Amino acid sequence: MSSNLVAAGDHPVYDYKVVRQFAIMTIVWGIVGMGVGVLIAAQLYWPELNDIFQPYTHFGRLRPLHTNAVIFAFGGCALFGTSYYVVQRTCQAKLWGGWLVPFTFWGWQLVIVLAAITLPLGYTSAKEYAELEWPIDILITLVWVSYAVVFFGTIVKRKTSHIYVANWFYGGFILTVAVLHVVNSAAIPVSWMKSYSAYAGAADAMVQWWYGHNAVGFFLTAGFLGMMYYFVPKQADRPVYSYQLSIVHFWALISIYIWAGAHHLHYSALPDWAQSLGMVMSLILLAPSWGGMINGIMTLSGAWHKLRTDPTLRFLVVSLSFYGMSTFEGPMMSIKTVNALSHNTDWTIGHVHSGALGWVAMISIGAIYHLLPILYGRKDMHSVKWINIHFWLATIGTVLYIASMWVNGIMQGLMWRAFNNDGTLTYSFIEAVQASYPGYFVRFLGGAFFLAGMLLMAYNAFKTAQNAGEAATEANAEPQAV
Amino acid sequence: MSTFWSLWIIGLTLINMALVLWVLLANRKVAVRDDETPENRTTGHVYDGIEEYDNPLPRWWFKMFIATFIFAAVYLIIYPGMGSFKGLYPGGWTQELELERHQQQADARYAEQFGEYNAMPIEQLAQDQQAMKMGLRLFANNCAVCHGADGGGNYGFPNLTDSDWIWGGSPEQIKQSIVQGRKAVMPPWAAILGDEGIAETTEYVLSLSDRDHKAEMAERGAEHYKRNCVACHGADGTGNPMLGAPNLTDDIWLYSGEPSGIRTTLREGRNGVMPAQKDLLKESRIHLLAAYVYSLSQPYEAQE
Repeated sequence: MSSNLVAAGDHPVYDYKVVRQFAIMTIVWGIVGMGVGVLIAAQLYWPELNDIFQPYTHFGRLRPLHTNAVIFAFGGCALFGTSYYVVQRTCQAKLWGGWLVPFTFWGWQLVIVLAAITLPLGYTSAKEYAELEWPIDILITLVWVSYAVVFFGTIVKRKTSHIYVANWFYGGFILTVAVLHVVNSAAIPVSWMKSYSAYAGAADAMVQWWYGHNAVGFFLTAGFLGMMYYFVPKQADRPVYSYQLSIVHFWALISIYIWAGAHHLHYSALPDWAQSLGMVMSLILLAPSWGGMINGIMTLSGAWHKLRTDPTLRFLVVSLSFYGMSTFEGPMMSIKTVNALSHNTDWTIGHVHSGALGWVAMISIGAIYHLLPILYGRKDMHSVKWINIHFWLATIGTVLYIASMWVNGIMQGLMWRAFNNDGTLTYSFIEAVQASYPGYFVRFLGGAFFLAGMLLMAYNAFKTAQNAGEAATEANAEPQAV
Repeated sequence: MSTFWSLWIIGLTLINMALVLWVLLANRKVAVRDDETPENRTTGHVYDGIEEYDNPLPRWWFKMFIATFIFAAVYLIIYPGMGSFKGLYPGGWTQELELERHQQQADARYAEQFGEYNAMPIEQLAQDQQAMKMGLRLFANNCAVCHGADGGGNYGFPNLTDSDWIWGGSPEQIKQSIVQGRKAVMPPWAAILGDEGIAETTEYVLSLSDRDHKAEMAERGAEHYKRNCVACHGADGTGNPMLGAPNLTDDIWLYSGEPSGIRTTLREGRNGVMPAQKDLLKESRIHLLAAYVYSLSQPYEAQE
């Protein structure tokens, strides 16, 4: 045990500047990405909104902007920022890498700005969640390799004997995303902003969904589990529930996730054997996914009363509930017979958002609320009450969103497959669209609730930063060793 | 699949599953009961103030994990998955076979009803209310996207409810249009007629259906028409259903009847396509659809 301790006063000065930058941009890009999300949700209810400034505001161009902005801009900044913070604190080492550290920040911001320009202009490689064209892909690769160098360099320089579990997850996420991005983005350029995939046909589809599902599995799951393993025990001030559980579920999660992508291609040109393996591996994934939820939620045993007074902890714990829910839903939807009902319906969109809003956004928001007072040398956020209001806005928004998409999705799936006694289809496609309208409005409402919470967060963060250093506690003002 | 790739897939799958099982089984202890409070001994590691308990794996979670492995094993024995091993499903299982089985079931179930209609001529079917209800549903699912839910057509897609037929409105011609599809070719005339010639021909085409037109230009347009258009649209402009050349005298327009629209048609040509349905729909469905489309243009009394 003593080997883990560093004598008081022997701690390094941590690099908080880049953490602060990423934390602020998490909020900014969260508002942008979710704002575009609310706009395209409104377009599905009021199609005239496509015509604000054609063709740039067409749904088909804004939708990839929304997904890229929330996954890679909002989620990405949250991951960069928290991982830089966590790796320093749990390794008791300053970020290693010199100028590479600011390069990862400014490089990543440049990637996001380029995405925000090129996607509405119609430049796309047409690969979902990997739409950006090849010059931007190269920039992403450079930033990502730098990120890996900084992160693992810091781990190497650590002053603790062991590597904390949060860093396993962050490390697994950084390595795998590098491989996924490079392999899936391989393309033959034909001009500066046009390229063709290096793969063809079913192989291209398989590579795309190997990437696509692991963007979920590693970017949106493993990375955020890293976040969870630091901020939940820290905010609850309780030990992590089970070290053993973290070992088992870590290795199981990262090795099984890699197989699951084929479930996006059920009943397609993909060979049967690949579909079957994708399905059974997705089912095996249930227990490893829930391992993370159990470890997070059980960490609160003995500290449940803190939920009554601490809305930040509430964000973290509720995010784990949504994580458990969507990682149950995912394996279920990967079963071929269930998938035959759910595929191409709004159920899929609901599933994604129970992960994206309920899990990814909520845990990030909780982590940022934990970080901001520390980064600005204060005891608390400007208003803890506003955090509580934000929590309810986010929770109600998420529930409205996923409930409306469940209703819509299952209804669409059932309408599409309904036959009359004479063997003709009961409903034409447009009837299922018409029946979906109420759900589309509720979804828009849910998104608006969530966005409103983000705006409140931005104002709270602004007021917190404005009065930086005021009422600082000793623990927060100085980086602290153990 | 070659033996090498088959073994590769089997090997990777089994090794991965075995390693995960090993991490799960060999390495760690499992709680004896879930309702007892764990002893909460820490590992001794401390990171930035965070400690870790060395609690055992929850028993229910461990069981659930094992259950998914058992399911996977059973599934991969029954269904294809392990490389080129086809699985033990009786009669074999592929997604194509599953589709065929479903289709056979559906055929067996619906053959009787459609069988009765198959034998009825289209004119008679168009009077059969039950048959026309089925035809309406088939139309809504297969045709309405282009021709509109009411068959009223759209820009570039003909109205099916009037008596103006580009490719002919007899039951046989309608059925032919659905089975084989149609491909219209109106060639572009810009290179031959020039802007002036296009404008003049447009005035003549307008005159054919007694629309407002400039008489002098139309006269010159008539010359262009005689040289270039009569082959398909006929000397009197009433068209030719054999070629899909529309009647120009009835003031019904597939694209646009505005002078600017007619000029565009003349300048750039048009290539309307009705896709062939013979590989998409069964003969019995097409037969009903033909009757339904035929019924759309019949006088109201006929449908009673």
